[in-house]
Amino acid sequence: MLRALLLLVSVVAIAHAELCKPDAQNAFKVRISIKTALGDNAYAWDANEEYLFRAMVAFAMRRYSSKSTTQISNVLLCNVTDRVSFWFVVTDSSKNVTTVPGSEVEAAIRMNRNRINNAFLLSDKTLQFLKITSTLSPPVEPSTPVWIIVFGVVLCLIVAGIVFLIVSGIQKHKKKNKESTERENLEEKVEVTLENGIPCEALDLKAGHINGVFAAEDERFTSL
Amino acid sequence: MERKCGFLIPYLIMLIAEGMPLLYLELAVGQRMRQGSIGAWKIISPYLCGVGVASVVVSFFLSMYYNVINAWAFWYLFHSFQDPLPWATCPLNSNRTGYEEECEKTSSTQYFWYRQTLNIAPSLEASGSVQWEQALCLTLAWLVVYLCILRGTASTGKVVYVTASLPYCVLIIYLIRGLTLHGAVNGLVYMFTPKLEQLSNPKTWISAATQIFFSLGLGFGSLIAFASYNEPSNNCQRHAVIVSLINSTTSIFASIVTFSIYGFKATFNYESCINKVILLLLNAFDLEEGSLTADNLNEMKDHLMATYPQEYAQLMPQIKNCSLEAELDTAVQGTGLAFIVYSEAIKNMEVPQLYSVLYFFMLLMLGIGSMLGNTAAILTPLTDSRVIASRFPKEVISGVVCFMNCIIGLIFTMEAGNYWFDIFNDYAATLSLLLIVLVETIAVCYIYGIRRFEKDLYTMIGCKPNWYWKIMWAFVSPLLIISLFIFYLTDYILTGTLQYQAWDATQGQLVTKDYPGYALAVIGLLVASSTMCIPLGALVTFIRKRLKRERVSTVA
Repeated sequence: MLRALLLLVSVVAIAHAELCKPDAQNAFKVRISIKTALGDNAYAWDANEEYLFRAMVAFAMRRYSSKSTTQISNVLLCNVTDRVSFWFVVTDSSKNVTTVPGSEVEAAIRMNRNRINNAFLLSDKTLQFLKITSTLSPPVEPSTPVWIIVFGVVLCLIVAGIVFLIVSGIQKHKKKNKESTERENLEEKVEVTLENGIPCEALDLKAGHINGVFAAEDERFTSL
Repeated sequence: MERKCGFLIPYLIMLIAEGMPLLYLELAVGQRMRQGSIGAWKIISPYLCGVGVASVVVSFFLSMYYNVINAWAFWYLFHSFQDPLPWATCPLNSNRTGYEEECEKTSSTQYFWYRQTLNIAPSLEASGSVQWEQALCLTLAWLVVYLCILRGTASTGKVVYVTASLPYCVLIIYLIRGLTLHGAVNGLVYMFTPKLEQLSNPKTWISAATQIFFSLGLGFGSLIAFASYNEPSNNCQRHAVIVSLINSTTSIFASIVTFSIYGFKATFNYESCINKVILLLLNAFDLEEGSLTADNLNEMKDHLMATYPQEYAQLMPQIKNCSLEAELDTAVQGTGLAFIVYSEAIKNMEVPQLYSVLYFFMLLMLGIGSMLGNTAAILTPLTDSRVIASRFPKEVISGVVCFMNCIIGLIFTMEAGNYWFDIFNDYAATLSLLLIVLVETIAVCYIYGIRRFEKDLYTMIGCKPNWYWKIMWAFVSPLLIISLFIFYLTDYILTGTLQYQAWDATQGQLVTKDYPGYALAVIGLLVASSTMCIPLGALVTFIRKRLKRERVSTVA
């Protein structure tokens, strides 16, 4: 009985070793860069973290295929290096000693990538699944590009400035023309008579100024 | 413009031998003759009217293509109001699994310049269509120039107060930011260590001389035009010395800022390169993170080569040799320097939007200041001539000139436009300016007579020029310009067919190609149309005088 049990365990162990090895069918390589992501707050990669990883992959498989048959024991890890990098494979417990097709695993991981990243406080770049490309998020683009708005503002200011300068130039020109025509008209009227540069019409010949020196005051002359 | 260390010595020597005397000469001529370049040279000798016309033609070519730089500055300025900056990251490809292929091969800043700004064609022949975004920016640039020159040179003088002083403020801000950047010291050390083998290379002296020419604006006619508005008793000798000293100090100050930012960019790129190599080795050999650092990289590389020779040999082509010297030596030529290198440095700073806006605003101020000088050089002869000035007000003349230049400038906004821009940039001004300034110096010294010129200066300023000025004008400057001229000609002849750098989108880098026939014809036309004005002008005057003399003799 004990011997049969031991035989079974060894068979299973050998089978596992067969299923999970570098470049095996349906196996994926994972590369983790904890120190790059977290710096001083980096945690050490140990057996507990490996358990969490296996749990996350099992969770992803359950969510994707929505049948609750994948167990943590179905996820096998091997070849863990110092880097930290390792290979993993998901076995199918319903069929003996086979692995779930790579496409299903890929789709499951893709769907739940965000949850897996957050469980380890990492990002797409620091928790890399080497054969699974991640969908990059495009940058946020507003409906009208920003540069057109700034361009429009500057253009309006410049055009307003040009129009203002041209209009004020035309007004100055008109004023100058009006002044010169007025001066011309004035000179035409006055051409008739000029006395010391003062037009005669402007002089009031009747009213005059009494010059005090020559004003005849009776008291100044001695009476005869 | 290449900026290499040990440049300071040829630069300062050329300033004293060439810059100051020629600047004084042009200012004095303008102030004395009180006319733009065409009228001023006609007064000196009727056979020299061609010199003025040549200056105006060169200024015309320059104004055609120079405003495109302002258009690009506007484009970058408007794009600086986003977070993140558009040239900081590559755009994604169509199925969002990675970045655009062209952007992967080159850097994001180069991709933004070559693809999103210029949308450059693979060669000169593939003209492509006008890029409407660039056309809009060019129109805006011309409207700004029109606004500044609308009221004539009197108002331009007030605008120049702003365009000349603002760059200094920005440079000071950048100096403080630049000197505090990580790796700036590397750039400064590179700038100030003299490299003696460069001093023996004549190309260094040539580029120093050309630099002085362009930064002072000699030979364009703009100096004569501006000086003609000065008071006759203005002390132009003092002004010439002050202006050239301020100009050179500003150049050196700007170089310090440039090199500190250059050093930052080179250090950043060097460290990224090292980090990439470290990551590659860590991933390939599954080593623990942190076991490879910049310090132990070389020893570890040797160790890995010894332990895993086969895998290491497979990796060899991907491992780049990172060198700080190589990064500092990458001298990007021409307009690319201002846009690619600086935008790359800015995207790595904190609050990059602020620095980006400041930098491109400064570039815009400088560009518009240059454009104002150019357009003044074209407009002053036009408004001086009574034929045109009596019929049209100056607003209309300026408007027509700006409009024509804008329409012609649309050529430079096409997909192959940048190649035409390079043609104009390299050939429209260099040879012609040298010839114009040479003829100017010889005309003033030998045809007008240096004693007559001395007397004029004495009447204007009240002091005669001392022996330094006279020796420079009469001997040193002409000899220097003749040797520069000979050097350029031999350089053009020796290199055979002229070549240009075209952007290859598939490789993500510049490749050298030959100019097609019609481009060579355009180059020849550019050079000939300005240089031929001088002998043609003399010939036309000679023929007119002969005809007059014959008419007089027949009448008598």
